[in-house]
Amino acid sequence: MSEDAGKAKNENMLTRRKFLTGFAAFAAALSLPFNAKASVWEEYFRQHFTRLKKDELRAILTNMEAELSEKYGKSVTVKATPPMDKVLFGYALDLSRCIGCRKCVYACVQENNLSRNPQIQWIKVLEFEKENKKWQSLEHSNRYYNPDEVPQKGKFYVPVQCQQCNNPACVKVCPVKATWKEPDGMIVVDYNWCIGCRFCMAACPYGARNFNWGKPYIPKVELNPYMHYLGNRPQYKGVVGKCTFCIQRSREGKYTACVEACPVGARKFGNLLDPKSEIRYILENLKVFRLKEDLDTDPKFFYFFSMGTPVRSAGGKG
Amino acid sequence: MNSMFQALTGILKVVFTGSKSYKLLVAVLLLLMTVGVILLVRQFDQGLIATNMRDQASWGWYIANFTFLVGVAAAAVVLVIPAYIYHYEPIHDIVLLGEIMAVSAVSMCLMFVTIDMGSPERFWHLIPGLGIFNFPQSILAWDVLVLNTYLFVNLFLVCYGLYKYYTGQPYNKKFIWPFIIFSIPAAISIHTVTAFIYAGLPARPFWNAAILAPRFIASAFCSGPAFMLILFQIIRKNTRLKVTNEALFKVGEIITYAMALNLFFLIAELFKERYSATAHIAALDYLWYGLQGHNHLVPWIWTAITFNSIAFLFLLNPKTRRNLVTLNLACVLIFIGVYIEKGMGLIFPGFVPDTLGEIYDYFPNSLEFWVSIGIWAAGMLVFTVLSKIAIAIKTGELKCSCTVPENK
Repeated sequence: MSEDAGKAKNENMLTRRKFLTGFAAFAAALSLPFNAKASVWEEYFRQHFTRLKKDELRAILTNMEAELSEKYGKSVTVKATPPMDKVLFGYALDLSRCIGCRKCVYACVQENNLSRNPQIQWIKVLEFEKENKKWQSLEHSNRYYNPDEVPQKGKFYVPVQCQQCNNPACVKVCPVKATWKEPDGMIVVDYNWCIGCRFCMAACPYGARNFNWGKPYIPKVELNPYMHYLGNRPQYKGVVGKCTFCIQRSREGKYTACVEACPVGARKFGNLLDPKSEIRYILENLKVFRLKEDLDTDPKFFYFFSMGTPVRSAGGKG
Repeated sequence: MNSMFQALTGILKVVFTGSKSYKLLVAVLLLLMTVGVILLVRQFDQGLIATNMRDQASWGWYIANFTFLVGVAAAAVVLVIPAYIYHYEPIHDIVLLGEIMAVSAVSMCLMFVTIDMGSPERFWHLIPGLGIFNFPQSILAWDVLVLNTYLFVNLFLVCYGLYKYYTGQPYNKKFIWPFIIFSIPAAISIHTVTAFIYAGLPARPFWNAAILAPRFIASAFCSGPAFMLILFQIIRKNTRLKVTNEALFKVGEIITYAMALNLFFLIAELFKERYSATAHIAALDYLWYGLQGHNHLVPWIWTAITFNSIAFLFLLNPKTRRNLVTLNLACVLIFIGVYIEKGMGLIFPGFVPDTLGEIYDYFPNSLEFWVSIGIWAAGMLVFTVLSKIAIAIKTGELKCSCTVPENK
């Protein structure tokens, strides 16, 4: 094919897309209220994040900032910071230190603007009984433990969140590519593209995905105004959300909220490609394991024991 | 143009006139649909939180109905094969109804998946080019493709057949044959792909089994034809369409083979899981015996298996199979049995225990129940109206008065 012909074909494609967009606009006009604000229309026809042109994205972010600032009564910034070069994020969790206090859970809710009602939590802490012979079966764990004090004698705790798999089952199944793996390793969701079919939730082996079953509610005073488009901006009713290793923080060179909140230093986070990083030290010098290794999801989330407890694989039922 | 207008008025007349029982049926279906729509509006307003589904059991009654109805859509192929491939005359007369059944069932499937979506208004994200269609990676994308293909093939076959009857022209066999042949693997494909949605998820050991797709097809070839057998008899009583007992008994025979396979596959699955008794057995135990005291699905599955087994015995004996009373009883038992098997028996326990070991006893609430009834009513209305038109045309009640040049 000559270059000209290729160009002509491209132009044809463009007009076809324009035509289709127009057609969809017409179809949607029948279902949307006529007096809806222009932003509602823009939002409805907004393209997939990876298809947005630079100026389109900039305009969207500016509008979003204005709308959220007005709604929550504080100055909101929404960024779309791209991944850094030569960075691949990884996480390690020290099971010998974790005391099951759930400080990470609530720090995550606060940082990521997760719905308070209905309550959504991206980190789940499982409590196991040390003496339980069937301890490797996850159905013998308890997510809803509620003692006056932690840690309880004879119990140990396994926090679980998105394992940011290299081979993510959730990404493969999404019918519209609303969720994907970023170059720095995070699995993200475009909340404006997800259709809410929940196939990813059925596919995820770690219960890491949470659906907004109702309209998310975040108290105005508790809103975290520093947001990322693919991360902690408020989600919508009927879409899926998940841990992104605090993309809004990690891409600015900060630790995730859960790392900062952990009172016993059980959580380690860093660049897997940096040989001098703490996470690399842990991987190279300590015995680590990952959850449900048999599924070959290849997580970038590792569990380890820094202290003299026997190494026991809390993995899978898998 | 004139003849088109005439055809249209003829069809409208058939749809809007009818016996008292026809009008009553349509009124009841419309009423149930209204109830469904009212509740659906509430669901869209509040979100899916209005259902009993939660993160632990992220699919429920809607997807269970969807799965079952994909099976019912098989009914057509069970008629198409004997009618067209083996030229079995008694069934040839009713194959059109089978295709209408397929159209109605697939429409219901599409309605169920649509209302199960969190953001159905974003459907355009699925349209290739305009949106992003994750094909071939996502099995759901495959399912969208095969379901729509199957719907349109059957719709086309129905329209073509009726048009030819209406105008009194003979079938153009050369033209229609490829479509008929195509509809057979298309029917198999909708079951297979739907089964692959579940079977392709290693996160859910209960579904992640090779036997799932074969079992789907076996059970589909039971439930769909069983449903149709009953419908045929209702139609035969209330219209002038002739349905011979021979045709019904042939379908009964096919159900027998399918049920034999279905029970065999079940035993193979139960043996493998129970005898290996690994940690993966938790979901199966939850379904059949209960897990840590959670046993609300147990009575359902034992009812289903009892119904299917009794029905199988009725079908196995030629005397009871060729007796309309016992044959009908078997069909009702199979319909209920397979419905439970695909709903409470397949979808619900797939999520128990959830991937982090939590046991959440999902069961649909009344909103889910009535919305589903509404969709069933809509599907039955599609079937009623289409088959009324078809029967009017087939029995010659509705006919083109125009003279058509003989097609040689």
